[in-house]
Amino acid sequence: MRISSVGSSTTPGADLPDHPSFLWRNPEPKKHYDVVVIGGGGHGLATAYYLAKNHGITNVAVLEKGWLAGGNMARNTTIIRSNYLWDESAGIYEHSLKLWETLEQELDYPILFSQRGVLNLAHTLQDVRDSVRRVNANKLNGIDAEWVDAQQVKELCPIVNISPDVRYPVLGATYQPRAGIAKHDYVAWGFARAANAMGVDLIQDCEVTGLDVVDGRVTAVGTTRGTIGAGRVALCAAGHSSVLAKMVDLELPLQSHPLQALVSELLEPVHPTVVMSNAVHVYVSQAHKGELVMGAGVDSYNGYGQRGAFHIIERQMAAALELFPVFARAHLLRTWAGIVDTTPDASPIVGLTPVEDLYLNCGWGTGGFKATPGVGWCFADTVAEGRPHPLISAFTLDRFTTGALVDEHGAAAVAH
Amino acid sequence: MSLYRLPDRGRVDRSTPVTFTYNGSPYTGYAGDTLASALLANGVHQVTTSIKYGRPRGIMAAGPEDPNALVQVETPFPEPMLTATTVELYDGLVASGLSGQGRLATEPDPARYDAMHQHCDVLVVGAGPAGLTAALTAARSGARVVLLDDQPEAGGSLLGTTELIDDRPALEWVEAAVAELDSLPEVRVLSRTTAFGFYDDGFVLALERRTDHLGFAAPEHLSRQRVWRLRAKHVVLATGAHERPVVFADNDRPGTMLAASARTYLHRYGVRCGQRAVVFTTNDSAYQAAVDLADAGLEVAAVIDARPQSPAGWAAECAERGIEVRSGHVVTGTTGHERVIRAHVAQLTDGRPQLRSGIGCDLLLVSGGWNPAVHLFSQAGGRLSYDDALGAFVPSSSLEAVTVAGAARGTFQLDGCLADGGEAAQRALAGLGRPTAGGTPPRPSAAHESAERPLTLWTVPDPDEQHAGATQFVDLQRDATVADVLRATGAGLRSVEHVKRYTTIGTAHDQGKTSGIISSGLVAQSVRAGIADLGTTTFRPPYTPVSFAALAGRDRGHLHDPERVTPLHLLHVAAGADFEDVGQWKRPRYFPRAGEDMDTAVLRECRAARESVAMMDASTLGKIEVEGPDAAELLDRLYTNLMSSLKVGFIRYGVMCGVDGMAIDDGTVMRLADDRFLLTTTTGNAAKILDWMEEWLQTEWPDLAVRLTSVTEQWATVALVGPRSRDVLALVAPELAVDNDSFPFMTWREAMVAGVPARVCRISFSGELAFEVNVSGWDAVTLWEALLAAGESYGITAYGTETMHVLRAEKGYPIIGQDTDGTVTPQDLGMSWVVSKKKPDFIGKRSFARAENQRADRKHLVGLLPVQRDILLPEGAQLVADPQIGPPPVRMLGHVTSSYRSAALEATFALALVKGGRDRIGQTLYSTVGDELVPVTVAEPVLYDPEGARRDG
Amino acid sequence: MQLIPCPWCGPRDEVEFHYGGAAHVAYPEDPQSLTDEDWARYVFFRDNPKGPFAERWCHTASCRRWFNAIRDTATHQVLAVYRMDEAKPVTS
Repeated sequence: MRISSVGSSTTPGADLPDHPSFLWRNPEPKKHYDVVVIGGGGHGLATAYYLAKNHGITNVAVLEKGWLAGGNMARNTTIIRSNYLWDESAGIYEHSLKLWETLEQELDYPILFSQRGVLNLAHTLQDVRDSVRRVNANKLNGIDAEWVDAQQVKELCPIVNISPDVRYPVLGATYQPRAGIAKHDYVAWGFARAANAMGVDLIQDCEVTGLDVVDGRVTAVGTTRGTIGAGRVALCAAGHSSVLAKMVDLELPLQSHPLQALVSELLEPVHPTVVMSNAVHVYVSQAHKGELVMGAGVDSYNGYGQRGAFHIIERQMAAALELFPVFARAHLLRTWAGIVDTTPDASPIVGLTPVEDLYLNCGWGTGGFKATPGVGWCFADTVAEGRPHPLISAFTLDRFTTGALVDEHGAAAVAH
Repeated sequence: MSLYRLPDRGRVDRSTPVTFTYNGSPYTGYAGDTLASALLANGVHQVTTSIKYGRPRGIMAAGPEDPNALVQVETPFPEPMLTATTVELYDGLVASGLSGQGRLATEPDPARYDAMHQHCDVLVVGAGPAGLTAALTAARSGARVVLLDDQPEAGGSLLGTTELIDDRPALEWVEAAVAELDSLPEVRVLSRTTAFGFYDDGFVLALERRTDHLGFAAPEHLSRQRVWRLRAKHVVLATGAHERPVVFADNDRPGTMLAASARTYLHRYGVRCGQRAVVFTTNDSAYQAAVDLADAGLEVAAVIDARPQSPAGWAAECAERGIEVRSGHVVTGTTGHERVIRAHVAQLTDGRPQLRSGIGCDLLLVSGGWNPAVHLFSQAGGRLSYDDALGAFVPSSSLEAVTVAGAARGTFQLDGCLADGGEAAQRALAGLGRPTAGGTPPRPSAAHESAERPLTLWTVPDPDEQHAGATQFVDLQRDATVADVLRATGAGLRSVEHVKRYTTIGTAHDQGKTSGIISSGLVAQSVRAGIADLGTTTFRPPYTPVSFAALAGRDRGHLHDPERVTPLHLLHVAAGADFEDVGQWKRPRYFPRAGEDMDTAVLRECRAARESVAMMDASTLGKIEVEGPDAAELLDRLYTNLMSSLKVGFIRYGVMCGVDGMAIDDGTVMRLADDRFLLTTTTGNAAKILDWMEEWLQTEWPDLAVRLTSVTEQWATVALVGPRSRDVLALVAPELAVDNDSFPFMTWREAMVAGVPARVCRISFSGELAFEVNVSGWDAVTLWEALLAAGESYGITAYGTETMHVLRAEKGYPIIGQDTDGTVTPQDLGMSWVVSKKKPDFIGKRSFARAENQRADRKHLVGLLPVQRDILLPEGAQLVADPQIGPPPVRMLGHVTSSYRSAALEATFALALVKGGRDRIGQTLYSTVGDELVPVTVAEPVLYDPEGARRDG
Repeated sequence: MQLIPCPWCGPRDEVEFHYGGAAHVAYPEDPQSLTDEDWARYVFFRDNPKGPFAERWCHTASCRRWFNAIRDTATHQVLAVYRMDEAKPVTS
């Protein structure tokens, strides 16, 4: 692999490592695969990778209707953390974070995983209670977490405005030092390249048009590039999960919403960590080249158009300037939107379905990126073994019937 | 006059010289210059060095599409990363070249920013020839028209040309057009205003730069920038086109410039960009530049036309001026250090350059064709298709209520643009049902007819085959080359989006305005696909960068979110209250006296309430009036308990659940009349609960005759609490019978209190004898002051939310949202008594029967008493069974939801949600305190006066 | 910023409205008689189509009335709006 050496000696902002000189083949689809993964995003690619790596299942196709990792994987704000409240969430996200910590070596790809820490700010007394609760739960779950006061916030991120005179003053924050960011394309391509090298077929421009079910068992996938036989089918289609599930009359408790994000021009380093705020609703980091990367909440309505409304961006900017007055003359360079599949309890749905050999991984809402290696690992195991991996066993479809929800709404500071 | 500034041309104001500093050196320009034109007039081409390779870089274009000329502005306030071609020159400007990262100011930005909303019939974006005719045609019909243009003056491409319209200079026609538009009452013309986003249903965002060009002279009272939120019934996009280069080796050398941009510098700014020029083109448009520059006294060494045949008319014009035309030739590279000194020219045979020769020059003008500026059209959802003849992507689908006119749709000749604008307006007017007014269409001077089609040439084959493409720059800002593109396709990439991410082409400040299509073309060539099939990367807002502050507008500081205050707020401020944000409300948290911290103040306030009398402003409680013949029925469906049996004059506590059975709010319900109730909600939930009730009423039960009215702000409420509260009330309400029999618990009375009409409730959120006095907001101060005066002899004490919390927690009263988190049922709270067994149904009831709700180990609200009675448990502490923390994951049993010091109990205590908590009463659990565990005893949630003896005084 | 035609007030900016998700999901006649599965379906499961979607909006910043709309979730185009007491119109 050629890693650019010129970057370090030249202007800041130029120093991203080069991609490898070969990534993947562009094969024609075969007639039949042991496993067909639908959705060539981060989750689909990681699932294919771990099917091959951990389970020796290499006769695998990943079907992608557009270009690989061009959906939410290309559109998220790359925040990685595991400081979730409930045991079930903490389990899967911490498993994921541990994988992140060795992923660069695992994939032999410079994914730029930067453990610069994440601050989740608290602005009200109830925020403080919720935050402390989460920190205590995290610690008992073996997750690095601490409560820091406003002054410590300032020490960790000097540009945060902790003045008591702002509309919603910063009262403190939860801090997870091991959390951070990575470079999303590099992560996806790392999984894709490694999966390809183990024999996985990555098939792009291949939209799924139907699922063949015979005697309650899925047998093939209809696509714009012909019918592809499948021993097992694994859905990793994020915002389009409802559309695909509908093909086998499977109803899901999902709603697909636009989620917008944005980026500024390259700026000299000012922001050393990641800051998230639920109350004023913005999350911000400064990526490797120097651009500010920001996101906020979803647009309220259902939408598959990969675009949202601009007032969401304007409010986000107002929130950002409340916290970071120095951003005033930074410039918005580009905005975009993904389609996030949200569930009633803000937790995912992963596991088996009523259709035999059809497996489901969806409902990650705004939290999918950070889960990428973890869910790839556990979902591959689930598909290979035909039973839910223990770390995802709480995230059944059935929980909506029994009421055993994993409700990260009321509990987590912010579910991104 | 400098060598490069022509005395007799341009629209700069020579009577107003302007001094500025660039990269530390002083220069002079004129008002009307951009930073770029002023630098060029001073002979400065190199503005910076490149990000990755440190190569000298210059000015390529004359507008926002410039891929390279990035500057950091320092005065009057630091601003990172602007394009020199868009910075209007002002006296005292200090700027420097940027190659990588911009720098943010460390001090706060003193400027103001705001936003305007504007509705119109027809919005025209771009005041070039097509836009002006569109605006004129639409405006003459009487339509409400808004015309936007990003430049300081209208004219668009005409500002950089010498065209004639109606036999006079085109700019005279422009001036007349603008004057006519300005004279019409329904027309608004906005200059220095860039439409940057096109959203749903004719919604266009634009940024007006109102004072940037004034520099230090900008008046403080004016907003610096303004966001226009425009809603148009029809949008005409006359956004023009961007010239694109052809890529060749060392095409990044300063002095290399787009041909039409050099022409713009000449005509608009009176600047000639060099002394000896070579023009390299694939189409006719660059000939005009060659001719104009020659006419302005530049030596034009040659026109290098990649097409086998040069256009006859233009060839003749060149011949007249002694300009050599070499058709079938290409520029393969350049020589020079900080500036081009020689262009390498070679014949192109079978697509390969032959032996090259050098032509000395200090200016190399390039034209590889024109890219229609389809950004806004594409943002609006319009589809593009590749036009083979133009070698460009043009709008192909028709969008409802959007028309693209002029160069933006590939019409590059002036006559076509003028006609297009008129037709676009007519289409808009037809859609609006408006007749078109008359008027003669403007008539341009005759253009050169050409039989020669443009040649589409993305890149000239690199003569250096060993390092092919290594210095052929596609994206100058990102230092990304043809070799990078080939490396990407070699890696297996086929999608232009992948190549963009692999090479970073198109990700920089210019977002690939000139480079994007070249990258697509190179990928198409490399993978032998049609560029039409590959398409472009997606155009996304904003069209040009917009400052964060402009978007934040005025929604900052105290205007970030409304502050709600009660009618008593100023009294609380005067009393020195410490405030807490609860939703949007400012509520007094406690009232410290001199030398008191919160703990001391709260202990004092609590003691007053328990031992004598205290009062609190409870006005923020949500209040909703429910009125109509079916009011009782509606409440029966929404509350878990029965409300219809409540008698007039009485009050009942109630809980509401979501359909999932989880408690969402609680409060009291007063029955005012058979058909009229007033209910209270928690402070933070008032709007949510009103919406919740409206939703059920309107969407599920429209047959119920009920009206809901928020009266939160109409009533001010003061809680009067403590064993002496009855005495105080009696003093201020002499006509009201306040004894327990006349005014029993959970009833309300109307009475004059402190001389003002009041509704008095006998309810208690503290367990003490207590009253809540409700008066009109106008009378709140009268009431408060009267109570203070009447209670003085009892030591009446004002208290805030913190004391309220202690008092209610001592009694085990939960706060929804603090002691619950959306996963807690009324049964979990120990409130089965509030869940009706009689009612066949109410919202949430069915969910109580689910499997999860039957579990014995659900979390219950219980009390906690730290074994060591002075340890205050942190709210949010987790509870475990073992006295030692084992290896993770440690099983957690619940958490502390509320925790206080109690004056009454002379100890600390807490409320907690604990798994199977009611079965653990008396047990010892362990609570985290920092990294330690402390033992706590699980207790009944009601810790104070469990028999309720104090309620009646 | 979608322009949503409130049946009572006319076309207004999206920011004036509150979104209410799928329309025509009636509260069950007798919830107590439903199985857990059917109850869960009512509480948590909603259609989520790509394309025309019958959904509810409330014009919270103005008339505060709920109404139904058929809106294309892929294009954001509002195909019809109708009052709560009107039948779902046929859109093609």
